[in-house]
Amino acid sequence: MSGQGVTTTTQPSSTSGNGAAGDVVLELRDVHTYYGKIHALQGITLEVREGEIVTLIGSNGAGKTTTLKTISGLLHPRAGTVHFRGRDVSHTPAHKLVRDGISHAPEGRRIFSRLTVMENLQMGAYTRTGREIDENVEHVFSLFPRLAERSGQKGGTLSGGEQQMLAIGRALMARPKVLLLDEPSLGLSPILIQQIFGIIREINAQGTTVLLVEQNAQQALEVADRGYVLQTGRVILADTAANLAANPDVRRAYLGEI
Amino acid sequence: MTTTTTVLSARPSFVETFQRLRLGPYLFVLGVAAIDYVVIGPNQFVNALTIGAIYALVALGYTMVYGIIELINFAHGDVFMVGAFTSMFVLTQALGQDGPIDSPGMLAVVLFINFTITMIALGILGAAIERFAYRPLRHAPRLAPLITAIGVSFILQNIIQIIYGPSPINTPQVIDPAARVEIGGVSIGVVNIFTIVTAVLLMIALQMLVSRTKIGRAMRSTASDRDAAQLMGVDINRTIAITFFIGSALAGAAGVVQGLYFGNIQFTLGFQAGLKAFTAAVLGGIGNITGAALGGFVIGFVEVTAGALGFFVWGQAAVFAVLIITLVFRPSGLLGQQLGERT
Repeated sequence: MSGQGVTTTTQPSSTSGNGAAGDVVLELRDVHTYYGKIHALQGITLEVREGEIVTLIGSNGAGKTTTLKTISGLLHPRAGTVHFRGRDVSHTPAHKLVRDGISHAPEGRRIFSRLTVMENLQMGAYTRTGREIDENVEHVFSLFPRLAERSGQKGGTLSGGEQQMLAIGRALMARPKVLLLDEPSLGLSPILIQQIFGIIREINAQGTTVLLVEQNAQQALEVADRGYVLQTGRVILADTAANLAANPDVRRAYLGEI
Repeated sequence: MTTTTTVLSARPSFVETFQRLRLGPYLFVLGVAAIDYVVIGPNQFVNALTIGAIYALVALGYTMVYGIIELINFAHGDVFMVGAFTSMFVLTQALGQDGPIDSPGMLAVVLFINFTITMIALGILGAAIERFAYRPLRHAPRLAPLITAIGVSFILQNIIQIIYGPSPINTPQVIDPAARVEIGGVSIGVVNIFTIVTAVLLMIALQMLVSRTKIGRAMRSTASDRDAAQLMGVDINRTIAITFFIGSALAGAAGVVQGLYFGNIQFTLGFQAGLKAFTAAVLGGIGNITGAALGGFVIGFVEVTAGALGFFVWGQAAVFAVLIITLVFRPSGLLGQQLGERT
């Protein structure tokens, strides 16, 4: 039942485009994750190479968020493995994986509403010490000048777009090797969506590998190098982003074409 | 135009500005205190502040634990009681004291050792209770840990009753209860001043810890969103354990001053005091540290005032009337969270 028909797993050599893809940093092998009795991931196999932007697309309930949670350690697979930089991290708790270099900006932003913007950013650097933290704050402020203006305000008073910026900025404060982004465009205006995707490109260009989950498949496939299409807890397609965007089935199902 | 005003639509009226500063609760408490001072006079007023300080210290533990895991830790009053017994044990057995100490230097050393040992011992007790009684139930329905808390309460009471018996026993008042100083024409007991100052210093220290330090941020972020805190690298179990440690250490400090002030202790001490401190925490806005401190003092005023006005037997009833009134008319308490979660 697992790994069925994914003939493209051996094609990362065909990854074209920006950022010469390096070694595999993240690898899921036949991962099965459950919520209680619900079999949410039914054998997910995928890999992310250094320097890539990889996107997971699929409809609601396909298992995209669960996949990210399984990678970041909020959930643990009942079968299969997650390897991060060659090490099996399937059962490593989330708070340790941050230290290792996986940073997860979860769905719904999940910022700390009663902490100030600055404190939220400091929480992002929780695993780190030293003076470079201040430089990182400056870096996040240069990506999102709005946050600098709001730095003393409580997170809960920010608008949706600002909260999303804070969620991404906070995740960057850990200086991750791999950044997991869950629905960064959800609920934002078209202009803000453009901005956010521009920033995702920029973050990637600065050397962070990105695994992006999106409902907005169109935008996601535009920024990504490769993509996986998920359906009911399985990978049904894996290809370069360009090929996926051109695939008639994908266009019909996820890009709103009739 | 500062950034704060731009978000909140133009030109706040005076009333709005006033509300935003949220001075109301503080003015309310000050008002209560001022009226009370007139009604009950300086001596009883100092007495109320002293008792209030003890309630406030205990209330901090209730509110911290509720803030982080949404559990009303009904064993907390008994942790306070164990603190009073631990202090008695340290003073009599370890330090060989049996009454007032005259030399100020000696007194300071004895008090320092007593506070340190008692607070650390109680911190460990609190963290152990969390580890073995509450952590296994963290994902259970909320009623389960609540019932467990009541069970832990009975266990603590019974252990102390077995060791020290059911009757009140004397504990050394190393600060001479007869020693008084004159401040502004009012003669005030040294032990009262010591209690109030100690409590206020501990509250300030706690407030600094929670608002300024990394562990404080970890505690607040865990309280706000546990999964997100984990994603930042916060070890949730450790953070919750530290919260119990600090809350219980403060209850231990309250136990020390309880013994010094009243001079005798009993295994049932924690039940009543715990309920009153819980009332203080609810009155202040459960989960809010400053609120718990304010609430503690208000409860002290209510109880002492009822007694001073000749309704001594009604003191308890008055305190719990405050609890009911709070829950009916202002369930979020004086300083309850007004900032909603926005997602």
